[in-house]
Amino acid sequence: MIEQNTQIIFNKKIAPGTFLMGLRSAEIVIQARPGQFVMIRVGPNTDPLLRRPFSICGTRGDDLFLILYKVVGKGTAIMSNAVKGEKLSVVGPLGRGFELPEPGRKSIFVSGGIGVAPLVFLAQAVKSNLLFIAGYRSANEIVPMEQVGLNLTDISIATDDGTAGHPGFVTELLASHLTESAEGHLKIFTCGPLPMLKRVAALTIERDIPCQVSLEATMACGLGACQGCAVRASKDGNKTYYHVCQDGPVFDVHTIDWESL
Amino acid sequence: MSEPDLKVRIGPLELKNPVLTASGTFGYGQEFSELIDLNELGGIVVKGLSLKPRAGNPPPRIVETPCGMLNAIGLANIGLENFLKEKLPRLQRLNTAVIVNIYGHSIDEYGAVAAGLKGVEGISAIEVNISCPNVDKGGMTFGTDPDISAQVTEKVLENTDKPVIVKLSPNVTDITVIAKAVEKAGAHAVSLINTLTGMAIDIETRVPKLANISGGLSGPAIRPVAVYMVCQVARSVKIPVIGVGGIMDYRNALEFLMAGASAVQVGTANFVDPRVSIKVIEGLRKFCKDQGITKIEEITGSLKVE
Ligand SMILES: Cc1cc2nc3c(=O)[nH]c(=O)nc-3n(C[C@H](O)[C@H](O)[C@H](O)COP(=O)(O)OP(=O)(O)OC[C@H]3O[C@@H](n4cnc5c(N)ncnc54)[C@H](O)[C@@H]3O)c2cc1C
Ligand SMILES: Cc1cc2nc3c(=O)[nH]c(=O)nc-3n(C[C@H](O)[C@H](O)[C@H](O)COP(=O)(O)O)c2cc1C
Ligand code: FES
Repeated sequence: MIEQNTQIIFNKKIAPGTFLMGLRSAEIVIQARPGQFVMIRVGPNTDPLLRRPFSICGTRGDDLFLILYKVVGKGTAIMSNAVKGEKLSVVGPLGRGFELPEPGRKSIFVSGGIGVAPLVFLAQAVKSNLLFIAGYRSANEIVPMEQVGLNLTDISIATDDGTAGHPGFVTELLASHLTESAEGHLKIFTCGPLPMLKRVAALTIERDIPCQVSLEATMACGLGACQGCAVRASKDGNKTYYHVCQDGPVFDVHTIDWESL
Repeated sequence: MSEPDLKVRIGPLELKNPVLTASGTFGYGQEFSELIDLNELGGIVVKGLSLKPRAGNPPPRIVETPCGMLNAIGLANIGLENFLKEKLPRLQRLNTAVIVNIYGHSIDEYGAVAAGLKGVEGISAIEVNISCPNVDKGGMTFGTDPDISAQVTEKVLENTDKPVIVKLSPNVTDITVIAKAVEKAGAHAVSLINTLTGMAIDIETRVPKLANISGGLSGPAIRPVAVYMVCQVARSVKIPVIGVGGIMDYRNALEFLMAGASAVQVGTANFVDPRVSIKVIEGLRKFCKDQGITKIEEITGSLKVE
């Protein structure tokens, strides 16, 4: 983990409201594991005050890491206006990432919207025996995988409005792959909006399929110091709350109290 | 010019420089150890400690507000026993002041936490957080009543061998009344301010943005309030004052020193820039050099008013 003023190498729009940013840091590239995130200070001013968390979406060469982000508010709007050559202060890599699947097991990646970001990085590490199911609200939100450095043969798309791929929810596509014959050999990795994650959790817990979930929470420090990012732990464990920034953001599906979310 | 002397005295406690990290914003120090050299700090005030572990409030616990944030962590912490076992050994190895912030829900609980830290090596002082609800008095905050604030102070003093700093709540009509009450009770110093109670509402859902409904406001938004309160308190008590609230850089720290603080604590800014406290120390050192100040203590209370 380091704090560094990193230079923006590019910051380009790859879909409406969606940007891919490349930042230079050999130190972060060496340390980064899929599922980890960074805290970015969007500028020197005090409004917005806090850093914003972003998953690491991949690395290029030995000194470039990528952030894939959607403009949703003040901070991300400022980021979208940043240009090549400017510097942004980054703290990271932070948190616990994904555990890679055991060899021989088939992985299914399930993303919703901008939740593709950490899974793109994971896909670069897993490479084979994987199916990527990406859900979006509409066709124009689709993140072109080649643009984020991923060449996948096995990818399915679902859109809520039916403008591309499977019309409907990504979890419906997932369910269709969870056949009895496949169940013992699968591992699910997921990131996306909460309603989708809850559905994936229900599907995988019900069928006893291993599943790792990348969660979000409002964060202040990202370092495990403020305890602001609490998420309720399932009753089996001895903890009441986990801290998403430190115990996560990636969790085993069983460790979370889904009803509290 | 030779290096300025940054040492300050907080009653019986000597600090190598006047910059501490504020309770609840710096964990137990170790969270920042990869990012800064903790030994450069004047001291670390650790997360509020209670007798038993506390899970804290349900999420959402934090929300950003203009130039600040509201938090309702609910004083989540690992409890006295785990603190001594798991966190203290690392803190003891540091070459900086370690101040343990304590709280209770009854006067006796304050006494019990203090007693549990009595004689323990590597703890430089106790900071008493009186901004929490008193279960014996229907949840009224200890720190809003001068008599109860004095009783808490006395209880902690009876149960400790360490200097006692009482941390004042700004959510009162006249903070100097409380400051004088704890001074009379024997406190070695006061620190202020704790967070200002506030609230934010999601207008789409009409639901409070914090699950706890209200929370404590911190960050640069509260700085002018904090500077004013430090100035008022410094003029009404003789014990040293530690200034807290919205410090983002050394200039902000200087405002507190000039207003009468002997030292400062940096809180929310640690989230924005984990290295900020080191930068504040460097900035203060440079300011002293540039101004020909040999001892930083000379700045305390140097405010000029006609
Ligand atoms: C571990 C982690 C990894 C993340 N990775 C990515 C990523 O790779 N790409 C990406 O685009 N975003 C990611 N996010 C979400 C991202 O941090 C927020 O979108 C961002 O902080 C919003 O900042 P803002 O100032 O633009 O929005 P604000 O002005 O703060 O908020 C505007 C609106 O955005 C929404 N919002 C704010 N914060 C969040 C949040 N944490 N989650 C969901 N919605 C939010 C709220 O509805 C809010 O009303 C991640 C969050 C976490 C915790
Ligand atoms: C997330 C958070 C947790 C805090 N926890 C404590 C605590 O446990 N005990 C305490 O006395 N003060 C606590 N505080 C208050 C700070 O120590 C400080 O008094 C306040 O935040 C004002 O300073 P700042 O504006 O520099 O943050 C907390 C503040 C924040 C933001
Ligand atoms: S964001 Fe501060 S503890 Fe997780």
